[in-house]
Formats: sequence, structure tokens, C-alpha cells
Amino acid sequence: MVSRRSFIKGAIAGGATVSAASYLFRNSGAALGQAPAPGAAERLLALNVNGQLRHVDVPKEETLALTLRNRLGLTGTKVGCQRAECGSCTVLIDAVPHYSCSVLTHSVRSRQIATIEGLASPTGALHPVQQAAIDQQGFQCGFCAPGFIMATVGFLKTNPSPTRDELAEGIAGNLCRCQDYDKILTAMMSAAEHARRS
Amino acid sequence: MSDYKLIGHNYITPDLVAKVTGQAKYAEDVRADGMLVCRLLGSPMPHARVRRIDASAALAMPGVRAILTADDLPVPPVAAAPSPPPAPGTSPAPAARSGAAGEGGRRGQRAIAVDEHGQPIGGAAPTPAAAAPAGTLVKAEAALTMEPLYEGEPILAIAAVDEPTAVAAIERIAIDFEPLPFVVDPLEGLRPGSPNARREGNVLLQGNRIVELKWTDADFAAAALGQLPAGAVPDGDAWSFGDVDAGFTDAALVVDESFVIPTTSHIPLEPRSAMAYWQNGKLYMHCSTQSLAQSVPAIARYCGISPSQVVLISPYTGGAFGGKNPAYLHVAIPALLAKKTGQPVMMKITRDDEMNIGRSRPGMIGRAKVGFAKDGRITAIDLFVVSDGGPYGRGDHGSGARLASVLYQPKAMRFRGVGVLTNTVPRGSQRGPGMQIAPAMELVISKAARTLGIDQVAIHRINAPAGKAPVGPPQRDGSRRYVTSAFVKEALDKGADLFGWHERKAASGTRHGSKVRGVGVAVGTYSAGSVGYDGLLTIEPDGKLYIQSGCGHLGTNSVFDTTRAAAEALDMPWDKVVITQGDSTRNLPWSCSQGGSQTAHAHTRANWAAGLDAKRKLQEIAAKDLGGRAEDYTVGGERVYRTGAPGRGLTFAQAAKRAIDLGGAYDGHELPSEINAMTKASATALAGRGLMGVAKDTFKHDGDTMSFVAGFAEVEVDVETGEFAVVDYTAVVDVGTVLHPRNCQGQTYGGSLLGMAHAIGHRWVYDRHYGLALARRFYHSKPPSLLDAPRFQWAAVNLPDPETPVGVRGVGEPPVGAAYGAVVNALVDALGDDAFRRTPVMADSVLASFEAGGKPARGALAFHV
Repeated sequence: MVSRRSFIKGAIAGGATVSAASYLFRNSGAALGQAPAPGAAERLLALNVNGQLRHVDVPKEETLALTLRNRLGLTGTKVGCQRAECGSCTVLIDAVPHYSCSVLTHSVRSRQIATIEGLASPTGALHPVQQAAIDQQGFQCGFCAPGFIMATVGFLKTNPSPTRDELAEGIAGNLCRCQDYDKILTAMMSAAEHARRS
Repeated sequence: MSDYKLIGHNYITPDLVAKVTGQAKYAEDVRADGMLVCRLLGSPMPHARVRRIDASAALAMPGVRAILTADDLPVPPVAAAPSPPPAPGTSPAPAARSGAAGEGGRRGQRAIAVDEHGQPIGGAAPTPAAAAPAGTLVKAEAALTMEPLYEGEPILAIAAVDEPTAVAAIERIAIDFEPLPFVVDPLEGLRPGSPNARREGNVLLQGNRIVELKWTDADFAAAALGQLPAGAVPDGDAWSFGDVDAGFTDAALVVDESFVIPTTSHIPLEPRSAMAYWQNGKLYMHCSTQSLAQSVPAIARYCGISPSQVVLISPYTGGAFGGKNPAYLHVAIPALLAKKTGQPVMMKITRDDEMNIGRSRPGMIGRAKVGFAKDGRITAIDLFVVSDGGPYGRGDHGSGARLASVLYQPKAMRFRGVGVLTNTVPRGSQRGPGMQIAPAMELVISKAARTLGIDQVAIHRINAPAGKAPVGPPQRDGSRRYVTSAFVKEALDKGADLFGWHERKAASGTRHGSKVRGVGVAVGTYSAGSVGYDGLLTIEPDGKLYIQSGCGHLGTNSVFDTTRAAAEALDMPWDKVVITQGDSTRNLPWSCSQGGSQTAHAHTRANWAAGLDAKRKLQEIAAKDLGGRAEDYTVGGERVYRTGAPGRGLTFAQAAKRAIDLGGAYDGHELPSEINAMTKASATALAGRGLMGVAKDTFKHDGDTMSFVAGFAEVEVDVETGEFAVVDYTAVVDVGTVLHPRNCQGQTYGGSLLGMAHAIGHRWVYDRHYGLALARRFYHSKPPSLLDAPRFQWAAVNLPDPETPVGVRGVGEPPVGAAYGAVVNALVDALGDDAFRRTPVMADSVLASFEAGGKPARGALAFHV
């Protein structure tokens, strides 16, 4: 069991030095000469991300957001606060939106994880929610966009025909500091309509 | 209104696919082989001297590569101004640029210095040159310090193979601090015998000089409870015009109120992480910036190198709001660590770091004494403001007074202000700096309206600026500057209709169960344009128009929107336009600093100039090849053709080839002399690729460009719980010609919500005993969420500004103060004139006001509570 204190420490520090031996960007000289981690075998896990099985070496205190960004190169998932307040890191776990900054990677073995990179079809056709965000000029700086889009995709699975207020309630866990909520809601409502039609 | 094909029409900006698919790379998304990660160690106390740093245990840890302290930073030139120096041969640099000093002529008006937001620096007449400068000269803020002046101020940085190692190393560093006296409340800092925030004093003057200023016990005793004392202020922070005393003597009503305004943090959603590496003596910097071109010399200065050594890659910025302009000091940390280690370094900025170093809006206490004639016309304003400068700033009081002087057009006005240094988060310009004056002024105006029996819209209308309305303090010759145009009455009329003001006003105050509603209106303004920048484009033999944009891409979309002016001038279909931005190696023109809502104005002008230059070259080439004079030719439909004979002409593709054959000015081998050195270098690199349009904006421009907003709010207050919500908000903007409607709407909405946040919850809170910040989390400091957002309506007056081609003014900042003021007025309408004297208004103060039966809420004035 991971205590709250060790979880918070892990979320801040991401574990011991050796934990990052497989960080993507450390494939040159930096990682050489380090001893293998004690208990390394326990750290290996298979993650199902965007329909693909990915094998990663993750310390038990690492959060999913950091695994996605630093080990799998999926930087579309943004980290805005690392403390479950802004929603920028929202991903779907078994189709339910979660703040990936506050989910331990080891706790989502054998779950289906979907990130913004996996939302478009393999042929490149955008998801209706992505398309609506484009059509309605839904975002300004765009840093919150991946999180908002994943939160909306997840919400629409539970309520495909929301009212504007219901949608606002449903995705209010995401912060847009450009404060352009009106256009975001308009875009996401039009996405819902588009998804219903298609 | 016009027959523009692009300007005033919606389109889809070319950045959105990357943004909605996660492909957009913000600074922290960049990876490089061998990249180290650095983290900061911030001061645990509000003011201290670092006596000794023992980093031996940290540096001995495996994976730890380097430490950076203040000793490693470049030594800034003595008395460096806070704004960057001009690049060689540049357009006027931010520090020296007049807010509107184009070649177009001032019509006898003296240019004044403005800050990077286009706001005039300081008050009225400058200190006479003969007088010895007062105070102690101090160094400007640096990225790291051995004398932290606020909790969290970075002292050192550690680079390690990864973030966990860097964090673990930081925990092993031992620092011996000598705690020093501190102050978190500016008013406390003015009391006799109180500690100063800095060893040199408590008030920062122009030119980085610090003096000590204390008021007397008599000053404090002269003010009633809840009333701001009016002690001495620095010379540069006082001005007046007109006969203020007569204004009050003649007034039918004088209202005098003091009001407390919170400090709020910018909170861009993207923290200011930055990644740097060196190659062939050049620094490659990935960071977020508010403006691209202007950040290059700034980064060079922060890192102690020349601008020619800086390569800046910043295609996306995750919000800035004034806090990343131009870039930020702390980019020096990864740059210097990368130099030290020979490896790329990512500076990882956490949200906590961002709350510390990420800039905040100065809180204020404003005392507004305003005289009114019977019809509501303002006869005199006497404004006294104490603002919180944080550890390194001067506060926003000067800007606030300037905004008040134009918004309410007083016949006479006196302003006095002082920015007091405190050991709290560093302040900077936040979206509409000075707009904080809105609640202080608006509360007084709405109270007067009720007392005099005048409608709130009517009292704003009778005092509204119109046409070339005067603005700001008197100049040396006694005359006052004036705006390029103002259509505030039109905005108020349109807004009253759209909002349904009169119907809602009639219904306000009636109870429904435990709920009562109130309505309020207010006006807002800010600078909205500068002049003198460059446009650069090529029409190439593939028939496309390539527009270079040196603006930053921070979400305002002006980086794209303004290029529409060049395409419009050439009648070019938008799908044939390619925009290049975001990388200083990609041959971009010199561009304005993106503060002060300058860009929409500055760069529609610059792009219009470049478009007209290309158009003239197309006509000349056609005349050379096909006979006749250049003016006999029309440009349209991707062709240049003989007017009246569309068959006789050249396609753009053909003309581009001919331009390359002709060389000289046609393809960029000869360049106009007046363009900036950066533009010249970029144009030289692009020469020969096609027909080049390159020009400096020298269009005529008379006056200070400012935009205006009329805001209308309705609030609903629960009298049993004290909870309240803004239920409806309508904004009508006077921003000249609307450039991109959907974006204008987004800017209006975003600025409005950011502004009303100051009324409904956003603030910093400080522990006065320990000097530590308490409201660090979003659920404490409360930037608005979706659930705080009211229903929203928007419209534009859409009358072109007469002092700029195309007529566009900026929009980003003017909505902020209008929304803040309107919500305050709506709350007063619901709760009564004397219900509160500070914002944000919290449920407990609403209940306290009900329990006191509407009696005045008069507490001691205090900041950060």
C-alpha cells in the first residue's frame, strides 16, 4: 500500500535516481554506468495505451502523467499543476476521465488508457470533439485543450445529449486560464451534436 | 460596413490541428538526447541573507551534474533599465518608445516614455536633470539571489540526470540563512518605525533607485477608520490638471471612499519551464514567450550574451497575460547550466514555482474623492493610491490614474500615489495593469448615481470619452495627450439594448425566495496599439503568399490575425497564404512587444504596409512587361492586370518569377533603409525567393491608441448563505474595426472573466506573522472555473479608428476593468452602497453586511487578507 505521504513525495520527486534509466531523452551517455535498480523486475509492467501494449520500467511511486510524457513520449498530455487541480493531464482510463497526475502508473496495469494522441482514427480522421474545437476556434493558447477534449470525450460517453449546463458541470474539473469557457462550451456542445449525428 | 474579404471575417487559425491532437510542442514537451533536468531551490522565508551554501552532499550524489547560484549569473550593467535595450538599428525599443510615436508625426505632442505595455512610465514632468537623483541605486531583479526578498525566491538550481535526482539533491543542500525584517502590507510599510522590505528602503523610483518613505503618526491619525491616509508621495507620482478645488466647491455632491483591491497571480496554465542547449557558440532556447522578436534581445541580456548568439524556438506559449514579457529572467538558469555541463538542460517549473516567480498584479488601496454636478457630470477627481510593488516593482497606481483620467473625463483631476515595496510575490504587468482602479472609481460613481437619482448607464454616458478625448497627466507644456478615437457612448447604448438594461434594472432588488438580484454597468479601457514595426512577405513562383510573423504565439492569435491585413491588401485567397512564426532562425521581421494590446494595431499596420509594398511592385512589374504606368494595373484574383482588361496581366506566380529576374528591390536584394536590423537580416536571407513585400509602418497616426469596453453584469445573491453568482454578463467593445470576430469575442470573454475574478474570489493571502503565502492552491486563490462563468453576450461597435489604416485597435486588455467594475456595481446594487469596501467579495462579508442592516462596512484597511 502506498501511503499518502509517500505518494505525494513520489509525485513530486518521481522516485530515486535509477528510476529514470529508461527516460526517453536519456538514451545517450547520461544513463550509462548506473547499477540496475534493486527490485527492477517488479517495476516492469505492460500498459495498454491507445490500443497498443507498451512495456515500461516504472518505479511504483511514478504517476501516469509522467510515465506517458517521459517514458512513452506522449507529451500531448500536459502537466499544468501536478496536483489534481487543473485537469490539463486528463486521460481516459477504461473510458472514464482521470487526472493522470494523480494516478499511479502501477495501479492501471491491464486497464485501457486513452490519451489525446490516440483520439484520431488510425487514418488520421479527427474525433468529432477535436473537429468541433477546430471548427469553433475553441481554444486560445491551447495548453488546456488536450485535457478538455479528453474530459469531454469521457463525459459524452455517459451523457451523449447534455444540456449546456450539464456539460459545463461535467467538464468543470478542467481549467482554462485564457478563460474562454464560452467558446469551449460552444465547441463541445457542437461536438456532442456532431457525434450524435454520425 | 466594408467590403473586406478577410478582415472582419471568421477563419480557422493554422495552429489548431496541432493543439487538439497533442502535437503542439510547448517548451516542456521538447526533448533532447542527454537532456538534464534542473529544479529550483526557493527561499523558505520572506527576507533573508544567505550566509553559506553547503552543496557538497548534493553534488556528491550520483546523477547530480551541476549547481548554479547567483554568482554564476552575468553581472548586469549598472542601473540597467527594467526594459531591454534596443537591438542595433531597431524600431524604438520598449523603454524609449512612445506609445504612439510614429513617423506619422505627433502634431506638436511630446513623445513620452512607455513601458512594454505601451503605458506611459511615471507621472507627469520628469525630474529636472540638474537635481541629484535621490536614493540608493540597486541591481535589478535577477534569476537567482543571495538575498531573497520573498518566500520562494530562487537561490540556486541543481541539474541532474532526471527530475527525481534533482529534487533529492535539493533536499540535501544546507543553507545558513540570516533572517531579515520583512513587511507584507504596503500600508504597514509606510508606518513610522516599520521595517522596510529591502535594506535600502521601501519605495522604488525610476531608474532602480530606492528611498525610504514613512508617513507620520499624524498622517495616519488624520484618516478615519476605513479611510486611506494621504501622506507624502514621491515627486514623480503626483500630478494634476484643472482647478480641483473649484471642482469640489462647485459640486452638487462629493463622494469620498477608500477601496481595497487584491493582488492576483497571472497563473498561465503552462508553467515557465524552459529547455536550453548550446551549439557552435549559440544558445538554443525553447521557452514560452509573449513576443518572439522582442524576446531575443531580452534573453541575450538575461544570459549575458549578444542577441546574435540567441536562437529562440517558441512556436506555442501556454498563456502569459503579461507575465512572460518578453520571455522571463529565469531562462538564464537552464542556459547557464547547459553551458556549465555541456548538456541540454530542461528547467522544470512546478506550479508552486510558477506561483512564486510567475508575476502577480499589484494590489492597491485606492481612495477616490469625486465631485459631481447635479446631472452627474464629474467636476473633479482626487485620487490617492497606495499600491503593492512587491519586492521589485513600482505598482500600477500611475497607470490606474491614467485610465481613470480618460474613462471619466473629469474637468479637473489630482493624482497622488505611491508604490511600496513588500516581501511578497514579484509584481508585473497583468492584463490591463492599472485597471484595478475600476472598483474604487465605479463604486463612487454608482453611489453618486443613486444619491442623485440618475441611472447608472446615464451617469457613465454623460462622463464618457468621445472622439479625440484627453488622456493622462499634463505634459511639460501643460497640454494633455489625447486618444485616437473613442466611441464609448455608442458602446453603452448598444450594450444597454443587448443586455436589456432597463428591464433588468426595473426588476433588480426584488426578492425571489432567499435570492436577490442586482445589476451594474462599468466602462473599461487600456492602451491598444503602437506603431513603427515591420512587415515582411514574399510572393513566390508557386503562386503562394508567404508571410513572416515575428509576433509571439501566446493564444491571442494576433500572430496570425494581423497577417490577414497583408493578404487583404493583395486580395489573396487565404488558402494560398503560408505563415511562418515561432523560430528566430526562420527569417522573421522585428515586431512589437506583445503587451498593452499593441499587436492587433501595430501589426495590421506593418502587414498592411508590406502588402501595399508588394502590390506596388506587382503593378510596376506588370507595367514594365505589358506597357503603361503602374497605376494602370489592378491587383486581384491572384493576378495583376490592366484595369478594365483582365486578360492583359500576369499571374502572381509569373510576377514572382519576373521579380527574381529583375532583382533589386523586387526580390529583396535592395531593402528600404528604415527597416529594423532584424528585418533587414531576415529579408536578406529571403532575397531571391520571389517578389518581396517589406516595409516599416510609417502610416500617419495622431493620438494615443486606446480601446474601450462597456460591461453590464447581473448578479444573484443568496441572502441566507451569502453565496452569490454572476449570472449574466454583456460586453460591447469599441476596438475599431473587428479583425477576427470569433477571436475578438474570445478575447473579450476571457478578459472579462479574468477581470470579474477580482470581484468574486481571486486573490493572494499572506500570513502577516511569518510573511508566508497562504493561497497557493487554485482552490484557495480561485482563478475562475467553468462554474463561475456567467452567460455571456458580446458585440462590437465596429467603427474604424481613423488614425490607422484598416481601423483596427487591440482588444485583449480593455475588457478586464469593465467586467471588474460592472460586477462590483451589480453587487452594490444588490447589497447596498456600503456593503463592502474590498474585493474579492466573500460570502462572509455579504452576510456580515446583511446582519449589520446595511450599515457601512468600515474595517481597518489591510492587504492580502
